[in-house]
Amino acid sequence: MRKYILKRLLLVIPTLFGAAALVFIMLRLIPGDICEIRMSGDGGYFDQRALDQCREDSGTNLPMMTQFINFIWGLMRFDFGTSMWTGQPVLTEIALRFELSLQVAIMATIIGVIIAIPLGTISAVKQNTWIDYVVRAFSIAGIATPSFWLGILIILGLLMSTQYVLGTPWMPPITYKPIWEAPLYNLSMLIWPTVATGYRYSAVVTRMTRSALLEVLREDYVRTARAKGLWEKVIIRKHALKNALLPVVTIVGMEFAFLMGGLAVTEQVFNLNGVGKLFVDSVLNNDYTMTQSLVMLVVMIFVMVNFLVDICYAWMDPRIRYS
Amino acid sequence: MNEEAILAKLPGAQAVADVVAPKQSFLAALGTWARNQPVGAVSGLMVIFLILVAVFAPQIAPFDPVETNYGAMTQAPSVQYWLGTDQFGRDLLSRIIWGARTALFIGFTSAILGATLGLVLGVASAYFSGWVDLLFQRIMDVFLAFPLIILAMAAVAVFGTGPDKVILAIMLPFVPRCARVVRSGALAIREMPYVDAARALGYGHMRIILRHMAPNCMAPYLIMLTTFLGQAILIEASLSYLGMGVQEPTAAWGLMLQGGAETYAETAPWIAVFPGLAITLAVFAFNLFGDAMRDTLDPKLRSR
Repeated sequence: MRKYILKRLLLVIPTLFGAAALVFIMLRLIPGDICEIRMSGDGGYFDQRALDQCREDSGTNLPMMTQFINFIWGLMRFDFGTSMWTGQPVLTEIALRFELSLQVAIMATIIGVIIAIPLGTISAVKQNTWIDYVVRAFSIAGIATPSFWLGILIILGLLMSTQYVLGTPWMPPITYKPIWEAPLYNLSMLIWPTVATGYRYSAVVTRMTRSALLEVLREDYVRTARAKGLWEKVIIRKHALKNALLPVVTIVGMEFAFLMGGLAVTEQVFNLNGVGKLFVDSVLNNDYTMTQSLVMLVVMIFVMVNFLVDICYAWMDPRIRYS
Repeated sequence: MNEEAILAKLPGAQAVADVVAPKQSFLAALGTWARNQPVGAVSGLMVIFLILVAVFAPQIAPFDPVETNYGAMTQAPSVQYWLGTDQFGRDLLSRIIWGARTALFIGFTSAILGATLGLVLGVASAYFSGWVDLLFQRIMDVFLAFPLIILAMAAVAVFGTGPDKVILAIMLPFVPRCARVVRSGALAIREMPYVDAARALGYGHMRIILRHMAPNCMAPYLIMLTTFLGQAILIEASLSYLGMGVQEPTAAWGLMLQGGAETYAETAPWIAVFPGLAITLAVFAFNLFGDAMRDTLDPKLRSR
């Protein structure tokens, strides 16, 4: 097992290095350079001094190779530079908002998986009954519904129902307080974006659980278990589900990527000051240092999640370790 | 029960029938497919409907989608404005119809470009094998480390907004996803005698890749292509919603949900409801169609 982890970890490094190189190259593809685009975006006229100053600050006046080495060296020390928009260090800006986004991501994952596995199981066990059809409709709709529209609908529903029940419309709070300080306040704020992003998550995982379980239920060992008169409950729980969950773990990792994209959009809808909104704002404001750092951050998280999923997978299925 | 009916019920009868049966006419084959894949047929009809709406938008739309009318702002659905009007007095139905054109144009172009480029690169990688393949795989791994929409947004950050740039941004993450799937199929095709024969005849690399190998990778290509269509429409809507896609006053579904939809949520909920419904239905139709396509073309996945 230790050998497998080490081998897998060694594969992570070239991927991250390649991703850093790709981000670096992409930002140099901009016609002109980032400073020119930033300055001319403000009104067309800019003076040479400001341009030189900007180039010096961002280091774009240095030779390409030096720039690249500086960039990689900075990444390795978690020194991402300063934001071109606010002038604050990138890390400070991210740290301010990280907690909120992380909480929504974790809550969405947990809720998604908690809903999805029982639903997918019921759907597979009761294949081609009305329960199955309802669950399948739920999951197909979840994959097609854009999370931002779901968010808008949730806000709409909240406004209308509170208007009807309380007489005054109620909106979830906007200023963030950590869950350990004001748990109820925190949940009343973050549960809605969690639902908006988590719906797709649970839909995808439900679908995967259903199809994986259906496949396993056709295996010989399930038939043997049935033939020796084992309880159906025990067969599903102990024999079938355990094996069916392997591909489900993979899809949980893959969908995490969608979750991060979904966060960028949902935070915009609910006006939450999280990392996703920071990303959107930095793209719209041509804040290149911030954009490149956030892209790298997302890639790092995604690669690490996939790494953990692979480890989980190898732990659950010993065959993988030895192949 | 006659003999034929009994035979048809045996396992594997379909596969035998496919081989033995004389070639059906295209329409008859389509009919058989529709009977086997009723969901696929219905979603296929929805897709055709969407395409027709997009193509004939100027003829169908009752109003000009970009014409503002300050005398008719945020009007509820009525006989005149079927789906109501937005905060600028523009007819929502007309904007949704024209929005179909934007969504489908960007969706189809980016999905086709992304999948085709992926096809060529995937086949080439399998064909050349050796260090070319290895290097190529590593590069694809790097691209796959970027979540789909994050890579698209990063591309917008670099290239800017507007329809052509959005197509480029959405296409980019599709290429490695298609290339990877196609490559694994092409590895087997590379060992086929006809590829050897083509090589023995002295054909060039390009000719073998494009004329001999790529056409035999059509199944994974079409599966990926139809999967991409729904995703592309969803990403386009998300980008437009965030202000990174198509810009005002063009009619685009994502754009219609921006700004007014939330501000007027209480007084004019139709502004928020209908465009989102259009996105969901379109993605829904393309996804179902993609699923049916996959079931038909990839027998291994059948009956899941």
